[in-house]
Order: sequence, then C-alpha cells, then structure tokens
Amino acid sequence: MFETILIANRGEIACRVIDTARRMGVRSVAVYSDADRGARHVAMADRAVRIGGPAPAESYLRGDAIIAAALETGAQAIHPGYGFLSENPDFVDAVEAAGLVFIGPSASAIRAMGLKDAAKALMEEAGVPVVPGYHGANQDPEHLAGAADAIGYPVLIKAVAGGGGKGMRLVERPGDFADALRSARSEARTAFGNDAVLIEKFVAKPRHIEVQVFGDGRRAVHLFERDCSLQRRHQKVIEEAPAPGMTEDMRAAMGQAAVRAAEAIGYAGAGTVEFIVDGSRGLRTDGFWFMEMNTRLQVEHPVTEAITGVDLVEWQLRVASGEGLPRAQEDLEIRGHAFEARLYAEDVPKGFLPATGRLTHLRFADGARADTGVRAGDEISPHYDPMIAKIIVQGATRAGALRRLSAALEGTQVAGTVTNLAFLGALARHGGFAQGDVDTGLIARDIDALARMPQPRPGEIALAGLAALGLLGQSMAETGFTLWQPMERAVILRREGEEIALRLCSLSRDAHDVMVAGRPVEARRVAGRWQIDGEAAPEVAVNGASVTVFSQYGLGFEIVDPLDRAAVRGGDTDLIEAPMPGLVKEVLARPGQVVAEGDRLAVLEAMKMEHALLAARDGIVAEVLVDAGAQVEAGAALVRLEGQVEAKDGEADSA
Amino acid sequence: MKLQSKVIATSQEFRANREGHLAALRAVEEAAALAAAGGGEAARERHLARGKMLPRERVATLLDPGSPFLEVGATAAHGMYEGAAPCAGVVAGVGRVQGLDCMILCNDATVKGGTYYPMTVKKHLRAQEIAEECNLPCIYLVDSGGANLPNQDEVFPDRDHFGRIFYNQARMSAKGIPQIAVVMGSCTAGGAYVPAMSDVTIIVKDQGTIFLAGPPLVRAATGEQVSAEDLGGGDVHTRLSGVADYLAEDDAHALALARQAVAGLNRVTPATVAWASPEEPAYDPEDLLGVVPADLRTPYDIREVIARLVDGSRLDEFKARFGETLVTGFAHIKGCPVGIVANNGVLFSEAAQKGAHFIELCSQRRVPLVFLQNITGFMVGRKYENEGIARHGAKMVTAVATTSVPKITMVVGGSFGAGNYGMSGRAYQPRFMWSWPNSRIGVMGGEQAAGVLATVKRDAIERKGGAWSAEEEAAFKRPTIEMFERQSHPLYASARLWDDGIVDPRKSRDVLALSLRAALCAPIEETRFGVFRM
Repeated sequence: MFETILIANRGEIACRVIDTARRMGVRSVAVYSDADRGARHVAMADRAVRIGGPAPAESYLRGDAIIAAALETGAQAIHPGYGFLSENPDFVDAVEAAGLVFIGPSASAIRAMGLKDAAKALMEEAGVPVVPGYHGANQDPEHLAGAADAIGYPVLIKAVAGGGGKGMRLVERPGDFADALRSARSEARTAFGNDAVLIEKFVAKPRHIEVQVFGDGRRAVHLFERDCSLQRRHQKVIEEAPAPGMTEDMRAAMGQAAVRAAEAIGYAGAGTVEFIVDGSRGLRTDGFWFMEMNTRLQVEHPVTEAITGVDLVEWQLRVASGEGLPRAQEDLEIRGHAFEARLYAEDVPKGFLPATGRLTHLRFADGARADTGVRAGDEISPHYDPMIAKIIVQGATRAGALRRLSAALEGTQVAGTVTNLAFLGALARHGGFAQGDVDTGLIARDIDALARMPQPRPGEIALAGLAALGLLGQSMAETGFTLWQPMERAVILRREGEEIALRLCSLSRDAHDVMVAGRPVEARRVAGRWQIDGEAAPEVAVNGASVTVFSQYGLGFEIVDPLDRAAVRGGDTDLIEAPMPGLVKEVLARPGQVVAEGDRLAVLEAMKMEHALLAARDGIVAEVLVDAGAQVEAGAALVRLEGQVEAKDGEADSA
Repeated sequence: MKLQSKVIATSQEFRANREGHLAALRAVEEAAALAAAGGGEAARERHLARGKMLPRERVATLLDPGSPFLEVGATAAHGMYEGAAPCAGVVAGVGRVQGLDCMILCNDATVKGGTYYPMTVKKHLRAQEIAEECNLPCIYLVDSGGANLPNQDEVFPDRDHFGRIFYNQARMSAKGIPQIAVVMGSCTAGGAYVPAMSDVTIIVKDQGTIFLAGPPLVRAATGEQVSAEDLGGGDVHTRLSGVADYLAEDDAHALALARQAVAGLNRVTPATVAWASPEEPAYDPEDLLGVVPADLRTPYDIREVIARLVDGSRLDEFKARFGETLVTGFAHIKGCPVGIVANNGVLFSEAAQKGAHFIELCSQRRVPLVFLQNITGFMVGRKYENEGIARHGAKMVTAVATTSVPKITMVVGGSFGAGNYGMSGRAYQPRFMWSWPNSRIGVMGGEQAAGVLATVKRDAIERKGGAWSAEEEAAFKRPTIEMFERQSHPLYASARLWDDGIVDPRKSRDVLALSLRAALCAPIEETRFGVFRM
C-alpha cells in the first residue's frame, strides 16, 4: 500500500478520497488554487500544496505542477478524482513517466474509450450491444429503407448536417418511411444545403442505466447498476441503485456486457459503462445499448457503495498498489436501495443559473451520508462547479429509501445562497418517480411544477419576524414587560422583492403574538423549543440582514432597515444651485437629457477648487439656466430637473 | 435564610383574598385601558390616516425589540378634566434603547392635539426628574400643540410649570445626560423649545413642524400668509434654520435615526453594586393575591410578601428579635443586592430605631433600599410620647431623607400619617414609588379623621350645653369618611402622580428589578446624614 497519495482534485471528491485514505492509514496531500486556500479539502489533508490561480487552467488542469507537488511531497501515487485531469491519457503518461502511480486505468484504456465512434466499434466487436443505426454513404432510398428494417421500428431519420430538429423525422411504421424520408431530405436541403441522412433506432422512453465495473487490468467484476434517468438537460439530478424494475436476467445481461467491455480494453480500477435503455415496455434484455464508458470514479458512486457495502476508493487504492480484485463477482450482492441527490447552489426560478455566495449556515440531516467539500462559512465561488453536497440515503426497500431521501432533504439547512433543495424535494415527492416510472424526459415534462417556489405560510413569516428582532434566542429577562397594556410594533421583511409587514406583540421572552396579513399567529416557547400555533417550529438562521427559516427547504427573508431608506439630503431635488459664488466652468447637462442620480451636470470653479454639481436624483433635465463662463452668486439656479424616469417593466425577468 | 411560608393556597381565606385583589385589579385594568386608548377611536383613525404611528407603537418601535417598558403615570389624570386627558396626554417610561435604559416621553396627539394639561406638565416633569436622578438619556417623541390654553394659569407661570421642562433639559444636558428629540408632529410655541433645547433633533419630513407661532398667529400678528411646512417643516429646519439635525422620511425612519443617535452616545453604566446571579423566588409571586388579605385591616406577616419578591425567597433578617413590627434585612432581587424595610404592624420606638440603624448600614455599604409600606402610623399614647417616640421616629425620617442610596418604595397596604414619611413616601424622593391596587393613602384613615372632627364638634356642642345624638354624629361623619375613602384610593392618588403608578402585585418583582436597574444607572454617592436626635 502507498504511504502517501496526492489528490489532484478539489471539493467533495477530494474530501471523499482523503477520508478513505485516512481510514487506511495512507497520508494525503491536497493541491489547491488560490481560490481554495481555505477550502475544506485543504484543511482535511495531511499536507497541501498551492498549484496556481483560481482558473482551472492555472491550477487543477496543470499536470506538471501537480506532478511536481507529488514528487516534492513524496507521494507515490496520484488520485485524479473526477473531472479535471481524470480522463486525460497524456497526464497518465506523464504521471507514470515521473515514476508515480496513476490511481485509475491505463492511458491506452482511456484513449480507447475517449473516441466515441471508435469505442462503439470496439464494443460491437466485443459483443456489447450498441444503438443500432445506419451511418453509411449509400443514400439510396431503397437501401435506407432496408437499413431501417434491419434496425427495427420505430426509427429516426436525421440530417447528417442537422441540428435543432430540422430534417428529423420519427417513423413508426415501414409504410411511412418513403414519405418521411422525402420530406426530411427536402427540409435538410433547404436548411443545410445537404440532404444526406442517417437512420437510428428510436428509443421511445429512454432511461439512463449504467453499470459500475472494477478491473485489475485483466479481469473485471461489476457492482450492479445505477439508474440516472432523472436528468435536466443531460445533468444528472437524482441517481439510484438498483434501477427500478430491473430483472435478474436484465441485470445479468447488462453486467456481463459491461464486464466484457472492461475486459476488452484491459481495464484497471473503477469505471462505468453507460447504457441507453428502452423503458417503454419494461426492461427487456434486448432493449439496452452501449453509449460510452467513463474511465473514472463517477460522481454518483456512493449509491453503489451504499448497496454493496464496498468502499470504491479503497478498492482503487488497493488495485493501484498492486493487489488483485478484492472480491469475486459471486461475493458481491445488493442490499437494499439507495438514492443520491445533488445539492447545488442554483437559482431555480432563473433557469437553474449557477449561484454563488457565502454559506452562512450549513447543516445536513442526521441519518444521511453527505459528501461535501464545503463547511458553514465557506464560499461557493464562481470558479468551479457550484455543488454544495451529495446527499446519499439507503433503505431496505426503494419506498423506504425514498422516504429517507425526502426527510434528509427536508432536514438539510443551507443559508447564504439559493439552492436547488426545493426542486430536489419536489422530485423526491413526485408521484411517477415514487412508482419507479422514470425516464430522461421526466423532469422536462414536469418542470413547471417541480421548479415552483415554495410560498411561506403565516407561521413561517412570523418566525422570520421574531428572528429578525432577535427574539428567538435568550432575549432579556423582562422581555415584553409592561405594567398593563402590552405594546405592539411592526416588523418589515422582504422576500422576492416584496415587502411583508407583520405586527408583533411580545408578552414575555417565551411568548409572542404575531399578526401576519390579518392572520394571528401564536409563538410560544415550551420546554426550550419554539412552537408556532402549537406545532414545533422549524429552525431559523439569521445572518446580518438575512433570515432563513428551515421549512419548505429553506425560506429566505431580508430584514428591512428603515435607515436604508435614503433620507433626502436636500429639500428641493429638482433645482441644482450654486453652493457658493463662482465661475461656471462647464455645463454638461442638456435640456431633455435623461440623467441618473450622481451624474455631473455642471462644474463650478470657486475658491481655486472645481466643484462638480451632481444630479440629486434620477430625472430629465428640464432647463439649463446658465451658460459656461458665467459668474454666479451662491444659491443661483443652474439646472432644473423634471419628471421621473419610469422603471422598465420586466427588467428583473430578463436575467 | 430561606423564608418559610405558612399560607395554605387551598384555604377559603386564600380564595377570598384572591377574589378581592382581582376585583381591585380589574378597576385599574379598565383605567389603564382607557388611558392607553388615548383620545378615542375617531382621533386615532385620523392620526393613522396621516401615516403616523400611534404613540405606544412609536415607543415600541424606538425601544429594543421586546424591551420591557416601565411606564410612569400610566393612569395619570384618570378621572380628571372630565376624562379629557387620558394618560395625561403623554406616554412616559423607562425602556431600553441599544441596551441603554432611557426615559421616553411621547406626546399623544390624539388627546387634544397633545396639548399640555396641568397633569401633563406634572408628568413630564416627573419623568424628567426620574431621568435626572437615574442619569437616563431622554428621548422626546414630540407631537404637541403646546400649552392647553384654557388651563394656562395652571401650566405656564409657576416654578413647576411648562418652563421647567426646558430648564430641566438644559440642566440635564449640562450634566451630560443626553437630550434627544424626534419631531413627529407639531411643536408649537413653548413646545418648539423641546427640539430646540435638545442635543440632537430629528424631524419627520412633511409631518413634523417647529415654530414659535403657527400660521394663524403669524397671519394675525403680521398679515404674512405662510404654510406650516414653509414656516417650520422638516425641510426648512434641516436645510435653512438648523433647528433640527436629521430629516426622516417617516416615523419608522425617524425612530431608527433616534436609535442610531443613542448607539453613538458612548455611555457606560457605572459599577455600583455587586450583582449576584438572579434566581426565582421559592414561592410563586402569583400567590401574592391570595396571601395578602384583601381587607387592609387584617394583619398578616409581611415576610409572606418578601418570600414572593426576593431571590430564592432568602432574607438575611437583621435584628429579627428587636422592634419586631418593622422587618429589616438583606436580600437580592434578580441579582441586585437590596436592603428591605417592611412594615409588620404599627411603628414603635424600637422599630424606628432599628429602621434608622438598618438604613445607616445600607448607606454605609451602598446597598439600595426597598421599602414595603403597610403602615397605619407611629404608635400613639402617653407611654409612647413620653418615651420619645417622636424623637425615635425623627431618627428614621432623618435616615430616610438623607441617605444617598437609591430608594424604591412600594405601597402594599396602608400608607398613613408619619408612617408614610418614615417609610420613604413621595416627599422623601424615592427613585420610584409604586402602589398596589388594594393600597390606601392618606393623612389618616377616614374613620379616624371623622372621629377627630366629631370629637371636636361634640365638645363644642356639649360646652354650650347642647346634645348630639348618635344619628346626628353618624350623619356628620359620613361625608368625611366618604371623602377620605375616595381620596385615598390608589387610582385617585396615581391620577395626581402621588406615586409613579399602580402595579399588579404579581409583577412587583419585575417592577422592583426594573426600577433598581434604572436607579443604578447613576453612581451611588456617599451619604452624609443629618443630626440624629439621640
């Protein structure tokens, strides 16, 4: 076994590898970019080496710097994690040339799988089913119709030069083929000036099922399948193992195909063979086809670990250090069901835009595995993938595991950035998903319902108001004391740009009555825990002016500070006057000009100084009352503004 | 030593007492509700329609969230001016702003435009007096038309009238006690000096006005026609006149600016006493209603009250075996060390001497004093006069009058005659004086007063050889008894600010703790006693 390994990665996967290394007594060396100086993986490693600037090209993609760091720190092997250099055969060569071990497959195996078409051909040779299709040069309609018959209906006719659906036709029956071909060709000719087409098998209800394989360079085993059909624009969202509806026959067929694929290229280490599966008529042994092989550890590997009890990183280290396969195929079995949900800093209503921000609060639910590269206080920076964590749960049955996933997501607390937590939660409660009726189109079909923002309830708003005033903690001893009549005050919060006004009446440090939009809410502390109208209150985090109520996957509010309302500096903001006697050096304003607050309107020279006269507000220049060169007295009117510039509607929506 | 209660909470007596106290409480509750409602529904609606906050909401918004508010004069002017000035038209009390105890004074413009009735002036001055004695920053939330003209003779000319408000502001400012004004409505005539005399003044745009004479008076005087805003609005005063320092957008903004001003005061509470960690009493203060007889004439052990007021119900009783009608001892109230002086019967010479001794002790140690008054007076009769009870009583009165430690007085029963003096009545300037709803205050009881008058009358009649029947005597006595009954009621007393307010006995511990906290914002000076008649 190695004494020291270097992890050429960052974030959760670096932490994940360090964890196993530590458990095995192997020292770990982290590398980091300037943006990650204080990152969790750096804090966790036994040693850490700076390798460059924040951009990946300046750090995590710099093989030379990483190899140098490994040599300098006495590491014997490099674990690439996923992404970055993990599937770069040149890097593997360089690592080996430096006398180090690359924890992963050989360069040749990576190259073999790197070119998709060549890989498919290779797999076909090895007897692994690939998506049937005709990509040939013979464009004779008769020949193409024959190819379609051989592929089996339904088929897809696609323009070779195509894109955007142009020149594409779905053909259900052989009788329709000739017409469809004709129209596809004419459309392709018009659109691309090229009417060549290809024919492909049409998979009606595609599912993404992949098989985890592990090789020692000669032989390979598989660790069963994962279903990754829940995708949004080809990004996996929730993965599970085993695949719902999987039969023993199908599993055996897919497993054997995957093992054949791995053995065909002398695969060493952890790899994944991805298949497209036709889910339209249940899972059938003739309904899966090879897509590609990922020659690395996958993001979603923990679900396989959960159902097999295998630590895949441990296996990687053992096999890379020269051991044989730790277990034979017959010693591997599936126990229960597991899910993984990918928690991202994303702005779901804005089309899942990656978000950034400091995680002012971060807590994961008990009873779930959370693989994360960040801690409370860490920054989600714009330089890297905005993943916060992977939440992994396991249960004896799929239904049980799904319940745990739902609970784990509900128990996850993130403040400081927007997240996709509510979206994940909605997916976990999706009826079709619960029944195992998954395919890669599920999310797109139901996106509106899934991406809907939760609406806070009066109790949650009341709680946010109390938190905003600091009344949920240990407030002062005589909180709410009055001799006779309790006193009432307002609290203003903002959410999604809208102000919410609450009325609050404190009775004691353990009792407050709140009015939210005409609805009374009672907050009472019983045995040290807050209750809202008799029900246990969710937790709340306050950071500066932001409040997060950990209910409905986290409801964010802002505290409105009356001091932020800019008190007007002068009385009449329309008239710009000379502050002192002087010479008008320059007049910049022109009648009719639209100006913004702070714009320079004129320059006055007085007492050897130049004074810029600024617009006190946004508006339109109505009149310029003075010419450059004029000598003016203090208080002389120089420029007059009028009107308000209307805020453009829908401006916020365009982002 | 921990006090042991002998009261049985299930007894008939306990329940009857509780009923009696609850009835007395209800009367005060109603009075307080009337006061809090200000000038009535219509006036409040008009006020709100102008975008203004009601006075109590202004106070709550100014204070730290959830801050306790120790209101002063909550039922002031109750039953006076034919009910025209609920709460005397001004809300006053001690609350926390940025963690600092401050005196808040807030005019209620729904009450006759916030104009000053005689009781308004008295309440304003009383609040300032508390602020000055306790070293509390003053925040004036001004919304007042100035002196109430029909009452000008009782609000303008005398020493303790309107002018004293500004005198106090200047004197307090000179002592380093911050004066902050927030102009949230009118500040007319004399009222204009409240913001003008303040260290820092905030004014609300298009709402607050400050002028010596309003537009009608200006027009009458000089013929000039001018709007209130142009005469003395927020824009004018923050831009041209310099009478105000900050311009606020609205009430909420103005109050936030006031909070910001307090945050910048750089004040430190002086170290005064050795605080202990607070502890709840072993006996529930809730039971005070059942423990204390509803009828003042029924004697009871005052230790039953003390046990429900002090930390852990522990009292280090001083001279327990001497002058037993006065209980003295050391205890803590929410961590604050206090010396308790409590009546347990009529004051005899020994009790008065013991009281003087104990007050000397507390003064020496700078321990604040808490007086629990339930006193019909000093003992009368030849034996007592001859042994010099007046001399011994004078010792106690001297000690009470001259001690420098903060005194808090709570009238839990009777407050009659010279007993009121010896037990730190209003004239002895306790930092705060509170009364229970069942208490009574007067030079003597109505029966005794009527009896004295009747005896004099009977002597005169009989000297002339006349006769006076028992019926005639009873008829003669009735008006006096009735007058005394009415005038010794706590609502009557509190309306006239003979005390700082009536408190629910169950809240006494909180009230005492908050009073002590406020009082201890000022350093405790060294005591110099006067000559004790030995």
